[in-house]
Amino acid sequence: MSAGIAPRLAGSTGFGGLEPGFAEPVRDAQACFRAVLDALANPGRITSVAASLAGRPPAPLGLAATSVALTLCDLDTSVWLDGAAMAAAPFFAFHCGAPLAPPAEARMAFAADATALPPLGSFALGTDEYPERSAMLVIEVAGLSDVTGAALSGPGIRGEARLGVVGLPARFWAERAELAELFPRGLDVLFVFGGRLAALPRSIRIVF
Amino acid sequence: MEGGANRDTGTAAVARRQRWLAVLAKAPLAELAAAWEGLADKPPYRTLRRAETGLVMVRGRIGGTGQPFNFGEMTMTRAAVQLLEPAGTVSHTGFGHVAGRSARKAELVALFDALLQDPARHETVFAAIVAPLATGQQAARAAQAAKIQGSKVDFFTMVRGE
Repeated sequence: MSAGIAPRLAGSTGFGGLEPGFAEPVRDAQACFRAVLDALANPGRITSVAASLAGRPPAPLGLAATSVALTLCDLDTSVWLDGAAMAAAPFFAFHCGAPLAPPAEARMAFAADATALPPLGSFALGTDEYPERSAMLVIEVAGLSDVTGAALSGPGIRGEARLGVVGLPARFWAERAELAELFPRGLDVLFVFGGRLAALPRSIRIVF
Repeated sequence: MEGGANRDTGTAAVARRQRWLAVLAKAPLAELAAAWEGLADKPPYRTLRRAETGLVMVRGRIGGTGQPFNFGEMTMTRAAVQLLEPAGTVSHTGFGHVAGRSARKAELVALFDALLQDPARHETVFAAIVAPLATGQQAARAAQAAKIQGSKVDFFTMVRGE
């Protein structure tokens, strides 16, 4: 938490480009929380985030990623944004008050450009004593499918589930397979596409 | 992130803004509402942050100069609004922080703050709303001070003995 704390917005300068947050903060945050909960409980299932924003989502993030940020990030949540998502940094500072942190320290990580994703091992993976001290990675992707794609198995899935993610670098699945060995350490990943999301919790194994 | 017309830097500009925000925050809701109703030019606006009520820690210093200490918490409400241009773009962003839990008051303060930041509107809004409120608040303070002055007791030591 020491290095890389975000410079907070000061004074009244530069608020013109900011978009408002949830239209109905309590209801929308609860709806988004429920969507994330459902997605994590049913890995691979594509869930719609039934939340609405009072304005537009901050580019380049979509409705689902923005809703997750507004729901799960606050002053105590260190956030990492990739180069593309940095455009939304003022939104995070204003609405969430969340400090920025490097990947290894961040509890929530947002990647707007999946192709430039850093190695998964560079994020906080937790420790064996405290596996929850890990990052949740939110990746904007170019498409989601539950018909084709990787076969998932594990808690929450009867038999096998399919999750196809468009726009991920090929190395992602290899790196994810390496992380699976570290359980209970690991990363929980949310794939977001527009207003929809699907989860890949650390407990899930990819069947080849 | 570019401030554009919204950029208000320099200590003098900051001090001016602090003054009008202080006057607005201390004004009663009824007066602010009446002032908004009486405003001829009401621009469209949107809420950037809906009014939300919370607690702030008020700090003090003994004698005004001593060690800072936490005096206590008070309830306050904050809001932020953005004025919209006809084209739909944001021109100015105003902030309101008021004591108590009146959401409407926080929003009105934020609205007037945004209007006052607009060079084209500043003069009219300041003359129509902030100046009368400031005069009224000053008169109330002076009346209070005068009332207290009457009960002021000067202590002095009598010279005793030779």
